[in-house]
Amino acid sequence: MLATLTQAAADSFQSPSIDWHAFAPELVLIATIVILVLVDAIKLERARPLMPAIAGIGLLVTIIPLATLAAEGGTRSLFEGSYVVDSMSLVLKALFIVSAYIVVLLSTNYVAEGDYWESEYYTLLIASVLGMTVMASSRDLVGIFVALELLSIPAYMLAAWRKGDPKSNEAGMKYYLMGVFASAILLYGFSLTYGIGGSTRLTEIGRSIQEWGSDGVPVITLALLFTIIGFAFKVSAVPFHMWAPDTYEGAPTPVTAYLAVASKAAGFVALIQVVYYSFIVRPDIIEPVFWVLSVASMTVGNLIALRQTNVVRMLAYSGIAQAGFMLAPFAVVASDPSASLSALVTYLIIYAAMNLGAFACVIAISRKTRSAEMDSFGGLFTYMPGLTAALTLFLASLMGIPPLGGWFAKFGVFAVLVSAETGLGWSLAIIMAINTVIAAYYYLRVARSMWFDDVPEGVDAVPVRTPTGITVSIAVTMGLTVLFGVLPAAVTNLTDFSSAAFGG
Amino acid sequence: MTDFLNDWGLILITFLPLAGALVMLAVPKESEETQKTIALVASGAAFALGVAFLINFDYDSAGVLQYVVDNEWIPIINSRFILGIDGISLPLLALTVLIVPLVIIYSWNHIPSPGNPKAFLALILLLETGMVGTFVAQDLILFFVFFEIVLLPMFFIIGVWGGPDRKYASIKFFLFTLFGSALMIVSFLALYFMSAEQTFDMRILQELGGLDIARTTQILIFGGMFLGFGIKVPMFPFHTWLPDAHTQAPTQGSVILAAVLLKLGTYGFVRIALPLLPEGAQWWAPIIAVLAVIGIIYGALACLAQTDMKRLIAFSSVAHMGFVMLAVATLTDFGINAAVFGMVAHGLITGMLFFVAGSIKERYHTLEISRLGGLLISAPKLGWILGLSAMASLGLPGLAGFWGEFPAILSAYEPAPMLSEPLFRTLMVIAALGTVLAAGYLLWMYQRTAMGTPPEEFADDPEITDVNTAEWISWTPMLLLIVVLGFFPSLIFNMTNPAATAIAAAATGG
Repeated sequence: MLATLTQAAADSFQSPSIDWHAFAPELVLIATIVILVLVDAIKLERARPLMPAIAGIGLLVTIIPLATLAAEGGTRSLFEGSYVVDSMSLVLKALFIVSAYIVVLLSTNYVAEGDYWESEYYTLLIASVLGMTVMASSRDLVGIFVALELLSIPAYMLAAWRKGDPKSNEAGMKYYLMGVFASAILLYGFSLTYGIGGSTRLTEIGRSIQEWGSDGVPVITLALLFTIIGFAFKVSAVPFHMWAPDTYEGAPTPVTAYLAVASKAAGFVALIQVVYYSFIVRPDIIEPVFWVLSVASMTVGNLIALRQTNVVRMLAYSGIAQAGFMLAPFAVVASDPSASLSALVTYLIIYAAMNLGAFACVIAISRKTRSAEMDSFGGLFTYMPGLTAALTLFLASLMGIPPLGGWFAKFGVFAVLVSAETGLGWSLAIIMAINTVIAAYYYLRVARSMWFDDVPEGVDAVPVRTPTGITVSIAVTMGLTVLFGVLPAAVTNLTDFSSAAFGG
Repeated sequence: MTDFLNDWGLILITFLPLAGALVMLAVPKESEETQKTIALVASGAAFALGVAFLINFDYDSAGVLQYVVDNEWIPIINSRFILGIDGISLPLLALTVLIVPLVIIYSWNHIPSPGNPKAFLALILLLETGMVGTFVAQDLILFFVFFEIVLLPMFFIIGVWGGPDRKYASIKFFLFTLFGSALMIVSFLALYFMSAEQTFDMRILQELGGLDIARTTQILIFGGMFLGFGIKVPMFPFHTWLPDAHTQAPTQGSVILAAVLLKLGTYGFVRIALPLLPEGAQWWAPIIAVLAVIGIIYGALACLAQTDMKRLIAFSSVAHMGFVMLAVATLTDFGINAAVFGMVAHGLITGMLFFVAGSIKERYHTLEISRLGGLLISAPKLGWILGLSAMASLGLPGLAGFWGEFPAILSAYEPAPMLSEPLFRTLMVIAALGTVLAAGYLLWMYQRTAMGTPPEEFADDPEITDVNTAEWISWTPMLLLIVVLGFFPSLIFNMTNPAATAIAAAATGG
């Protein structure tokens, strides 16, 4: 009896053919994690100096399969379309990996000098990156949820890495509680979505939602709304942003950079997956939702940022406002999906370069000032002109001043908003223009204290050496920020998704 | 030579200053002489190219773009790297490349506190790239990029090297301008998506002449540009950043601000807003004209109330730019000619006034008009130069200022046919009254600062010396041009006329 049953199961179960090449980047990351754990287990304390090197090399090696996949081109669809490797997912994976590499560079000195746990730090970091790369390919509710948890749970711990500091504990705890709360909401949204869609695959769900037509609007609205809200927590959109400033301020600054750039980008990628491959069939429901989220995020984020006196906190609120700009293309998603998607991904890439650069400068400067308070940056121009100029450049890019990358990121969003020629698009473009000006004020305030103010009392105007890792990351991010601004084609060539198929 | 100019001229003149700034970054901070020399060489090279353009320019076809460079830039939005100059760009380009080296020469021994010539001069060179680029760009996005590049250097020049209220003034300058340009870029995009041919190429857009865009849409798009350019000009009621910025900026900053930066706004109206959106322009023209005339009278009255010399000159800029905008608003070739001449003349004259004010401030450590006096006795040459500049500024015939002001007023007598004649004639009369007020405040200022006997506190001050060498070198070319253009205004009108005719034709839809 049992034998026949297993025989029957074996007959009906066909092992899916796995395209190992498509999985290669993830496999390299998994191998890196294993090596990190093994080296730590074997060499114990003596392993500490090796850890950042192993993590960094592992990330760099991951670029090789990404390059070969990109060179081969085409779309690889696994597990009946649940896991897709196409040009978009490759670009996003590369974004995550390069960002993570820069975070490793930034962390090296910070973690070693602070006498924190090192092996675990890098292991968790790579695990989180693995979650992100999986996210970039998941076209399935289950896959998305697993990826989301895989990238979030290590991040909760990383945020609390400065164990001795109550602020860091608060950061980790807040992030964790809000994160699981968001996951709960998201799961509720997913369950409703599954109920309507009858499948976990996004394209199937999209097709089913379309078939419902005008029936069942309330339940569809609820499903979409809960799912979007779940992700809104991740990308720290107003009014689901409360965790971000405290977490950013309390977490170790390299982790903050990681959360502000990579983790936020991963949230957006999740949104991209569900919106572009499924929810896009109901623009009448999602466009107004995103309009509200976008306007609220950019306006509230900006207004609160105006009052900040701590640079990291200011960057946290500015990140909320920037998230508002990134949510804007979703509000006109149906007009020209591929254009709005490329605007969004372009924004994510440029934002990663300039924001990581800003954090790198803040980390380097804080080594001297021992604080991220704006006042302590006074007169920096007189004794550390190079870092001052670099941070000014990144802030100007965040402001959107050409010819730095930020202008093209904003411009791309403006372009899709205006091209939609809808009321939502027009109004959002105007509100965004006004918010750009408000944002300039607080970015300029940092520049102002560095350039215009005097050196605060009790500070000797002697520069400190910047570690090589940080210098390299500043150089790389600055090079990219300028390149993307002067020759935007460098990034738009990567983010041209005009051939992609969206919807159900 | 011609081939070289055709292929490389405009690229080099735009980016040489930037290259100079980058080289300066590589030179250590301590070698100040080297820094100054690099800055002078870079801006001097740009000036030499400017002269080459003036010589080689084909004046017979000044109405069409010359030396065009057209390369691919951002294919995804059809934005191209297009540079080119015609009779409108050329005089402003020449003005820019002339003023910057003069400012650098003036800086030779006048680096404002807190010093650091490396950063100061590098920022000025960066500024030059932005200004030159704006005048030669023929693609809306490229224009926007250059238009924005000038913001940050000027912000730092005011904020680091400025007067006591520099922080407030610099941030006000920045936010006002940024607000305008944010709406401007939305307008550019709207223009792009609304027009039949999706392009940012100004040449094509001018040919289309907004034919395919509905009138109400044109009016709205023009409104966005009006804010962008109008704030930069600055037009009443957006002018409030100007007096603060001018008063707090270091001398060099004020000179560049007055001589070139304000022209970016008026140039934008002439080059972009008018020909690309004719129906929008016709709807807005009366509003612009009325605001311009309010600016003339308001600026003049405000001048009469000033106690600080630099602030007075700043408000006189508001009045002078009012004349330029009134001429633009007539939408006639005559008016646009007058406007471009007015821009150049104002650049030279007000730039000169700010130079003199800076030198007075350096000697007297104050610009309070009530405390100054007897300049003609203490420093006679400086006094005469101030006199000449003031006379030029009030529009004395025989000096450049006259040809900026008089034709502007005259052009309002006969505006373009679709505009209301009685309105413009009334405005003409009011504007003419403005010149009387201008004579009033300038003569009053001159009388109180230059004439009489030196006040006691400065009577035997050894610091009060006459014009020094660096000042002579940097001022002579400007003074000469003020006189030469006063006698031979056709030098500029010949350049501008064909281009102005083309723009007026485009703006009136003919």
